[in-house]
Amino acid sequence: MSRRRTSGPFDLDRWRPAPFLPERDTRDSALVFVVAVLCFLACLTALGVIASDRAARGWSHQLSGEMTVIVRPKANETPDSAAARAAETLAGVPGVAEARALEREKAEALIAPWLGEAADLADLPVPRLVAVVLDREAPASAQSLERALLARGLDAVVDDHTTWLADIQRGAAIARWVGLGVFLLISAAAAAVVAFATRAGLAARREVVELLHLTGAEDAFIARLFQVRFAQMAAGAGLVGAACAAVLGAAMRLGGGGQGLTPVLPVAWSDLLAVLPCPLAAALVAAVAARVTAASLIRELS
Amino acid sequence: MSRNPNAAETADAWDAVVRFDDVSMRYGREPETLRDLSFSLPQGSFHFVTGPSGAGKTSLLKLIYLAAQPSKGLLHLFGQDVVQTPAEVRPFLRRRIGVVFQEFRLLDHLSAFDNAAVPLRIAGRKPDSYRQDVAELLTWVGLKDRMHALPPTLAGGEKQRLAIARAVVGRPDILLADEPTGNVDHEMGLRILRLFLELNRLGTTVLIATHDQDLVARSGMPVLHLEDGRLAHMGPVSAGARP
Repeated sequence: MSRRRTSGPFDLDRWRPAPFLPERDTRDSALVFVVAVLCFLACLTALGVIASDRAARGWSHQLSGEMTVIVRPKANETPDSAAARAAETLAGVPGVAEARALEREKAEALIAPWLGEAADLADLPVPRLVAVVLDREAPASAQSLERALLARGLDAVVDDHTTWLADIQRGAAIARWVGLGVFLLISAAAAAVVAFATRAGLAARREVVELLHLTGAEDAFIARLFQVRFAQMAAGAGLVGAACAAVLGAAMRLGGGGQGLTPVLPVAWSDLLAVLPCPLAAALVAAVAARVTAASLIRELS
Repeated sequence: MSRNPNAAETADAWDAVVRFDDVSMRYGREPETLRDLSFSLPQGSFHFVTGPSGAGKTSLLKLIYLAAQPSKGLLHLFGQDVVQTPAEVRPFLRRRIGVVFQEFRLLDHLSAFDNAAVPLRIAGRKPDSYRQDVAELLTWVGLKDRMHALPPTLAGGEKQRLAIARAVVGRPDILLADEPTGNVDHEMGLRILRLFLELNRLGTTVLIATHDQDLVARSGMPVLHLEDGRLAHMGPVSAGARP
């Protein structure tokens, strides 16, 4: 319940001039709701775009920072010892941070999907794999690894993931652009709806525009009234939408642990800052729409 | 009382606050609502606009309060050609004109007091400077106890009196009223007429569109009688120019 400031029998609030535009209007509820929902969707899309971009960068980074070496044992040595020797050799190559021979089970797990469950892998000469992690600062090349393995008399093939990397990078770029496109589309839709709703709200107050106009208010004065009112309204709605999106983003971050909800969409705390411009953008769009509409209404009256 | 009732006929047309030269007006592509009007209203004159419904009384007022433009002819207001007047100057011309609209045009979310104060706020007056003036005026029109009431809670006559208060609060140079006594009783009608005459005595040019024959007769003021959009008679009310 509002409290009135009084000074003796004279009630100051009763005599304070009310704004030319109603402070609260039930017709505005729908506008606030629509703007809040659209801002929420736009913010959520922005978070999704940022997270998917991070995921795409992560995949590329991971693939480009690693190589896989397939080691074929020679007749006089076991697969395990060949893999161990290859790992030892590769670990000494400049630009290699770590080289680790994978167990037979891991190699079998990798090829099992290609051969099906019916195949008995125990009878097959499954090649051993060595996972090589490259130095980020000065990574070794595939050629230098091949030369080192050859020098130690090892029969091995170095896979630098070039084939996969190109596909992953292409996929990541597509995901990034699609995300950006969706974000821009939703933002444009949000802006259009804000503008449309603002126009509708303003048209509903046509009687105020007409009266002020005929009473001698300057066009800029009338336009400013509506501009400020609708900008405030849109900013409030944008704030609600952005806050809801931030809460959801935080929940995704908290629920997913260190990598966010899923490694495919890793949300970082800093991503939540992306929602901050939303209320301002909503206010700006509403202000422009209100100004243009008010100017158009006034032109009709003139 | 008022100045010379026949001032319009005797004044130099170029000194007039309102001057129509062969003015016609139409809405969109409709036939002309007003046709070939030529007359002038000197400062401080008082006229009634009479004529049957559809004769063009409201349209004539609209031209003067700059809600419409002539489709033909020249309309001068305060010596300025309204068609040639730059858009940024028009609001300042409108501030010199008080209008009592037939449909009142009160803002429902503003109290009676704030509605009456609209012209003063638009003119840049501070609340402290107009509070007493507005309160006195509302008291005069019988709305002392309804100052903080919202228009939807006011009766028809109260709305009309509030619309009149808003039109005169800024002491306009021209006062236009469209059927200002249509919703009030006889006694209040006479009070309103006295208010208009008082304003006229202070120099305001008054033009009232009305069907109220009694009001016209009591005032003794001249009429602009319209018939089918044309000025049929201008001068003292005559048998052939009954409202």
